[in-house]
Amino acid sequence: MTFSPNLEEKFAKMLAAYPEGRKRSAVVPMLIYAQDETGAITPELIEEVARRCEVAPLQVDEVVGYYSMLHRKPLGKYHVQVCTNISCMLVGGTELYEHAKKKLGIGNKEVTADGQFSVEEVECMGACSWAPAVEINYDFHHFVTPEKLDKLIDGLRKKQ
Amino acid sequence: MPKLLYNEPSPLETKVLSKRFGLDNSESLDVYLANDGFKAFLKARQMTPEQIVEEVKASALRGRGGAGFPTGLKWSFVPRTSPKPKYIVINADESEPGTCKDRLLMEYDPHQLIEGILIAGLAMDAHKGYLYIRGEYRYLIDHMDRAIAEAYSKGYLGRNIAGTEFDFDLYTHSGAGAYECGEETALLDSLEGKRGIPRMKPPFPAVAGAWASPTLLNNVETFSAIPAIIRDGGAAFAALGTPKNGGTRLVCISGHVNKPGVYELPLGYPMLKAIYEVAGGIPGGRRLKAVVPGGSSCPILKAGECDIPMDYDTLAKIGSMLGSGGMVVLDETTDMVKFALRIMRFYAHESCGWCIPCREGTTWLRKILQRFDDGGGRPEDVALLGELSKNMLGRTFCALGDAAAMPTISIVEKFYEDFEKRLAQAMVAV
Repeated sequence: MTFSPNLEEKFAKMLAAYPEGRKRSAVVPMLIYAQDETGAITPELIEEVARRCEVAPLQVDEVVGYYSMLHRKPLGKYHVQVCTNISCMLVGGTELYEHAKKKLGIGNKEVTADGQFSVEEVECMGACSWAPAVEINYDFHHFVTPEKLDKLIDGLRKKQ
Repeated sequence: MPKLLYNEPSPLETKVLSKRFGLDNSESLDVYLANDGFKAFLKARQMTPEQIVEEVKASALRGRGGAGFPTGLKWSFVPRTSPKPKYIVINADESEPGTCKDRLLMEYDPHQLIEGILIAGLAMDAHKGYLYIRGEYRYLIDHMDRAIAEAYSKGYLGRNIAGTEFDFDLYTHSGAGAYECGEETALLDSLEGKRGIPRMKPPFPAVAGAWASPTLLNNVETFSAIPAIIRDGGAAFAALGTPKNGGTRLVCISGHVNKPGVYELPLGYPMLKAIYEVAGGIPGGRRLKAVVPGGSSCPILKAGECDIPMDYDTLAKIGSMLGSGGMVVLDETTDMVKFALRIMRFYAHESCGWCIPCREGTTWLRKILQRFDDGGGRPEDVALLGELSKNMLGRTFCALGDAAAMPTISIVEKFYEDFEKRLAQAMVAV
């Protein structure tokens, strides 16, 4: 399995960053960066990461199950993550999450039929003082209202 | 056009760590160098490692990640003469609900953080550092990668830093979504490519941390305070705060306030002044009900308990904690059953499952609170919530079990009437 030249370069640097004989340290970052490119963590990807990090595939597999950002199934092209933790909840985060599901017509961690959007209720993402917050893929959006979220989603729909 | 910040600064702030935030291109090394950057490193280069550690001790700086452990003391635990390599690990896994300050420190002043790490490297005789950033902060990982590359290109990382004989390499390391990895030993397991599970202590990371080597692990804000401490002296930093609570900290104010934001305030700053003056008070003139003083793990304070100075010791005296600086303000409209449930849904989701009291306890607490919220609470449940929580306290490897139990105990005890109200409603429904 090979990745894009940029990612290959990143992985080469990554494996050199840890002390001698500690390539296993690259497992988590390698998985998340690879997932961004492949869309999901497949058995093939697990084998590949295991080979590169010089561990058994099972040692990679058990890591996948632990971290909430690692997924075995593809998410939408735009993954809409709505925080409902305390700071967001107090200023409308829960309602915003309900609105997002309704707007997209899907439930938590589900993907729209066209594969474009998925939604997830997430835990605190570190935007408490600018709540409620939404992260779409890796882009933060602060002080989000249902109207603002509609605009964001409609804008992404047009981009397709 | 003035630079657009996440929130307007307050004139009431004491800007030490955040003093460069408003400058154009504050993230660039040139701007950093033109504004006191790397003066502290060059000064530290002339000091012995012991002198550096003494200066940090004199600053009365305490860990900004949540535990509030005296930083200088932590630094003194690392055996700098050990023949093993020593590592600096920077905790940027900021995930404590209510906390959003490390983001700003990395985004607006990455070189201040890098300088703090380098000074720690000098003091520990360490030559490698790992910046563990939560996966959700990908833009900051990219941002720090750019800052690190700039520092390398201009000789502030790598070989012979700033013309000295000191070498240091710094790497970013992405997490992938796990609150538990903010706990220092779980972070180290994660850094080693495993599930983030807490380790038995001792040995402490200072002796056997990353790859079984002596490791200094501190929060982003803690490292970011080091340049000012070395440059202006530990005593000057200490004097900004109160005894044993040195300096300033970035207080993240959220919830029911008119001007939520991250504000740099000296330790010992009056909590009510922070709410009503710095953060502009509560919308609609509503009354204060409660405050989470330092992230969701901290026992909650009733409005009547909030007329206090915000320092570690005062908060400890009244049975709470200053934590990570995440201050969540709740007005009189807040339903404490819903609030407690949301906190417990979080801890039940994030419990790594390693220790049974935490794994089972958080799940049971979540179920009972959910039942309350659904209108099916039973009178005996109130006592059960307290009992379950108390059985978790101190019975787990890491603090997550306590972090889940403590707010629950405090909410049930201090806001019993909110639970009673739900019970009364449940009776009527029957």
